Amino acid sequence: MNFQAALFYFFAAILLGAGLRVIIARNPVHAALYLVLAFFSAASLWMLLEAEFLAIVLVLVYVGAVMVLFLFVVMMLDIDPDRLRQNVWRYLPVALPVALLIAVEMVLILGARYFAAAPAPAPLPAGYSNTKALGEVLYTQYVYAFEVAAVILLAAIVAAIALTMRRRKDSKYIDPARQVRVHKEDRLRVLKMKVSRYGEEMHDHDAPHGGADAASSSGER
Amino acid sequence: MADLGLAWEAAWPAVRTLLYILLILVPLVLSVAYLTYAERKIIGYMQVRLGPNRVGYKGLLQPIADVVKLLMKEIIIPSGASRGLFILGPVLSIAPALAAWAVIPFAPGWVLSNSDAGLLYVLAITSMGVYGVVIAGWASNSKYAFLGALRSAAQIVSYEIAMGFALVGVLMAAQSLNLSHIVEGQTGGFWHWYVWPLFPLFLVYLIAGVAETNRAPFDVAEGESEIVAGFHVEYSGMAFAMFFLAEYANMILISALTTLMFLGGWLSPLPFLPDGLLWWLLKVAFVLFLFLWFRATFPRYRYDQIMRLGWKVFIPVTLVWIVLVGLVMQTRYAYLVH
Repeated sequence: MNFQAALFYFFAAILLGAGLRVIIARNPVHAALYLVLAFFSAASLWMLLEAEFLAIVLVLVYVGAVMVLFLFVVMMLDIDPDRLRQNVWRYLPVALPVALLIAVEMVLILGARYFAAAPAPAPLPAGYSNTKALGEVLYTQYVYAFEVAAVILLAAIVAAIALTMRRRKDSKYIDPARQVRVHKEDRLRVLKMKVSRYGEEMHDHDAPHGGADAASSSGER
Repeated sequence: MADLGLAWEAAWPAVRTLLYILLILVPLVLSVAYLTYAERKIIGYMQVRLGPNRVGYKGLLQPIADVVKLLMKEIIIPSGASRGLFILGPVLSIAPALAAWAVIPFAPGWVLSNSDAGLLYVLAITSMGVYGVVIAGWASNSKYAFLGALRSAAQIVSYEIAMGFALVGVLMAAQSLNLSHIVEGQTGGFWHWYVWPLFPLFLVYLIAGVAETNRAPFDVAEGESEIVAGFHVEYSGMAFAMFFLAEYANMILISALTTLMFLGGWLSPLPFLPDGLLWWLLKVAFVLFLFLWFRATFPRYRYDQIMRLGWKVFIPVTLVWIVLVGLVMQTRYAYLVH
């Protein structure tokens, strides 16, 4: 067994273990973190296949962004693991056929009788750049499919925002443009007061005037 | 004896790589220690104070004293904490901050891994850093820590997009994801540096970098005056020091990347001066000084203002500039961006 094969089995074992834990972990936050580990191991496997662009993008997009938001939501939900468990028997009649279907598909593909598994990819020449090859194919041969996928994603984003955005009537929202335009003169008023010692204010002639000034300025607010 | 020689021959690449890693990490950790000293001194002078001046000559041994103090302190794990994750948090925070240095070139040929996907690798690895903060905040089982974690997650995800777009501009200009090639594309004096044709992207990258490292004025994840210390409020001793170390290592990393992508890396500003590591260090030090300067100058952003700046200002600016760069590259003025 050479070094690369050893690496493959190492990452594959972690991937399988993490995937299993995603399902059986009691705490949803732990499950989400195991999913992160699974993504990371999958990226390592792709790296072994010399698909470095896909591997890094998997880490960048799924691990770095999608799963962070996922965790963000899961952490804020107050989930009781024991109550979730009670639903297992209710969903079992649906879950079993789906699981069976997936298992059959995997056997068909891996069994190599009807759908022969693709042969192991030949080692690529040293100058081969997966990133470049992918970009060339994506923007020439599959450019329409690529653009259609992008538009569908855009529509999904717009729909998600349109469905969930509610303007609260009682929100004390301030227009940032107006905030930026505020000048010192609008908010701040510098009062000139005469210096006086403690106990002398009562006899000072300017004191009532100064006091009225302060009162009127606070009244303006 | 022959077997031993063969084994040594097989092990040598691994040993050599380990030595290189040490050669990068030891100076890095030392710089982190003295960056904290520089920060306290510089901000001290900006605020007309002296800064640390008791331990050693002009306080030069202060970082060493701090490290010793943190090493001696007990690591307290709160009784309601999720134990494993509580310890994993600081580890996940420091590991990406150090791992990203694998592809950073210091001078021509001085790089651990001269990867063709270097820029993507840096983006992917630094995007992992947020897990340290999020896990620490959640595992602490404390309201303040949790609020800090949520703020940090939202902030880092928002600013990563603007940062990524700024990098797209750089790779369009350099036509490469290899950091060494990006630097070589800026050869020939400071007027060839990418900071000029990509100036808006440079500003966006620098400011997003400050936000990514949770530094003032974007330090809502810590926000001492609002949520005590945010995600690391329950940490003590070396566990806390790991977060501290990660923040400063990330600062140096962002400064190094800004230097490589916009300020010509190790290239000298004038063509007749020799290139070298010294220029790299000077430029990184300059960007680091900006980080400290920002902290001493600006008050903390409000949370909604941070979100507005990231989504409604930076992302549109980068998108417009990428399109502009793309258009210019199709005309005969393409030399302006190359």
